[in-house]
Amino acid sequence: MKLSRIAAAGALLMALAAVPIAAPASAQSTPGATETRLPVVASFSILGDLVKNVGGNRVAVSTLVGADGDAHVFQPAPADAKKVAAARVVFVNGLGFEGWMDRLVKSSGTKATMMVVSKGVEAREMEEEGHAHGAGKGAHAGHDHEETDPHAWQSVGNAEIYVANIRDGLIAADPDGKAAYEANASAYLEKLKALDTEIKAAVARIPADKRRVITSHDAFGYFEGAYGLEFIAPQGVSTEAEASAKDVARIIRQIKAEKIPAVFMENISDPRLIKRIADETGAKIGGTVFSDALSDDKGPAATYIDMMQNNIREFSAALSS
Amino acid sequence: MSPYELLIAPFAEFDFMRRALIGVIALGLGAGPVGVLMMLRRMSLAGDAMAHAILPGAAVGFLAAGLNLFAMTIGGLVAGFAVAIGAGAVARATQMKEDAALAAFYLVSLALGVMLVSLRGSNVDLLHVLFGTVLALDDPTLLLIVGVSTVSMVTLAMLWRPMVVECVDPGFLRSVSRAGTPTHLVFLALVVLNLVGGFHALGTLLAVGLMMLPAATARFWASDLTALVLTAVLVACGSGVIGLLVSYHLGVPSGPAIILIAGGAYVLSVLVGPIGGILLRLMPRRHLEA
Repeated sequence: MKLSRIAAAGALLMALAAVPIAAPASAQSTPGATETRLPVVASFSILGDLVKNVGGNRVAVSTLVGADGDAHVFQPAPADAKKVAAARVVFVNGLGFEGWMDRLVKSSGTKATMMVVSKGVEAREMEEEGHAHGAGKGAHAGHDHEETDPHAWQSVGNAEIYVANIRDGLIAADPDGKAAYEANASAYLEKLKALDTEIKAAVARIPADKRRVITSHDAFGYFEGAYGLEFIAPQGVSTEAEASAKDVARIIRQIKAEKIPAVFMENISDPRLIKRIADETGAKIGGTVFSDALSDDKGPAATYIDMMQNNIREFSAALSS
Repeated sequence: MSPYELLIAPFAEFDFMRRALIGVIALGLGAGPVGVLMMLRRMSLAGDAMAHAILPGAAVGFLAAGLNLFAMTIGGLVAGFAVAIGAGAVARATQMKEDAALAAFYLVSLALGVMLVSLRGSNVDLLHVLFGTVLALDDPTLLLIVGVSTVSMVTLAMLWRPMVVECVDPGFLRSVSRAGTPTHLVFLALVVLNLVGGFHALGTLLAVGLMMLPAATARFWASDLTALVLTAVLVACGSGVIGLLVSYHLGVPSGPAIILIAGGAYVLSVLVGPIGGILLRLMPRRHLEA
């Protein structure tokens, strides 16, 4: 698409131009890091929230893809290159989520350490999805891409791994804060444990034959693996993919055959297709769930924990009734 | 697979397929004739420029009101008309040729759109949102597309003569009547209308494809204007229907599938088309002898 290519080229040029301006800023902050707050960058809003919780007031977190933004198709701006250039640690999700990150890091000329927080997570390959859905028709195998599902944070167990990685990354960059980071991380891990229990309990209350959810893009694979709700989506793991008539037809058939009660919209996706599916099947629209980005501060998913609670609340409300 | 399962069942079983069918046929009926006139005026590439001109307007509509059909349509129409009429007026009033004027106007419009979008700082990829999907046509969108198609056909029917004359010999029309400029502007308005209608179903850039490819294909099969228009409409609607079926049976995205079918028809026509096709030119023909 021409426009996006033009925009990308422009952003890259401007990012390059921004380097000399940004470079002195990072040079200043390096020696004084113990006095001032440690500048770190998180690639997207959910990760930013986790870093904030571990870093507490010792770090200044900026996120590149903000609330309600779609990291799959994000286009960095010069300001983002400046943020990266000034950072000491750059936290990324990895698993192919931020395709634009490598270029941005190179063009910003940053000296920051790159920290892939999903290190140690058991990655979910997209091929497994066909089995998970248990349709057994093999219809899906035809155009399967060997893609890794990047949405690992949708399982709280993985978020705990993220938190441990973030803690280690921060300690490596700022050894003086070791005690603080460890205390913050263990307090936050307690909260995550409670959240995990809460979600498991909520899923257990949903009747077993109703644990099926339709969302617009395939972001809940890890949630499915961890908690046993089954997710079906017309779009693949990336929002960049366009749905085919076959996928939409398959889902409509499935909703009708299995009497799936509700479909859900995501905060980052095009809602039109999900609305059409709802109209055609008589399934009701179960509200907005948050997959790849938090809401803004006033929204129902301002933090990671809020987001997971919001999602499970929406699922339970629509599926239990 | 029986012919029924292959061709009819997808539309019989699914409401979204029926809507998509109506959508592509309506688009084909409107965009086909407009595309033929554009091709004959050597404005084939102007369609692409116009599509870029519409994009920022629709983007501004989206930023102002979200995914709102009305706001995005109005935004697209305003931006498209401004560029089309501005470029047309400059071309008429000054010594500048229309293509250069159009290039200047659409580039400014595009830059303005990118600027506005960046200032707003939205992370949602607008192109992605603007890439309408033919599989998700709701009632208002469908009514809009069918409405655009109706307006195009009625307008074309009423102004067919001046439009054709304007198309083949604008100097002549200007010498015999003063209808030249209004006719030209009405024609540009039709182009914008059809592109705006098309972008809800296929996205801006693919909408140009459904306008120009059938026209270019028809050129290899017909030489008089009526036949050209009929062929173009047939190719446009046919590509739409076949593209949808391909998307349904093979599981490929529907928008590109429709345009690629039209592209395939074009390539085939370049090769075997009876008027100026490559194969025909290679075949030795008998000279006419007196």
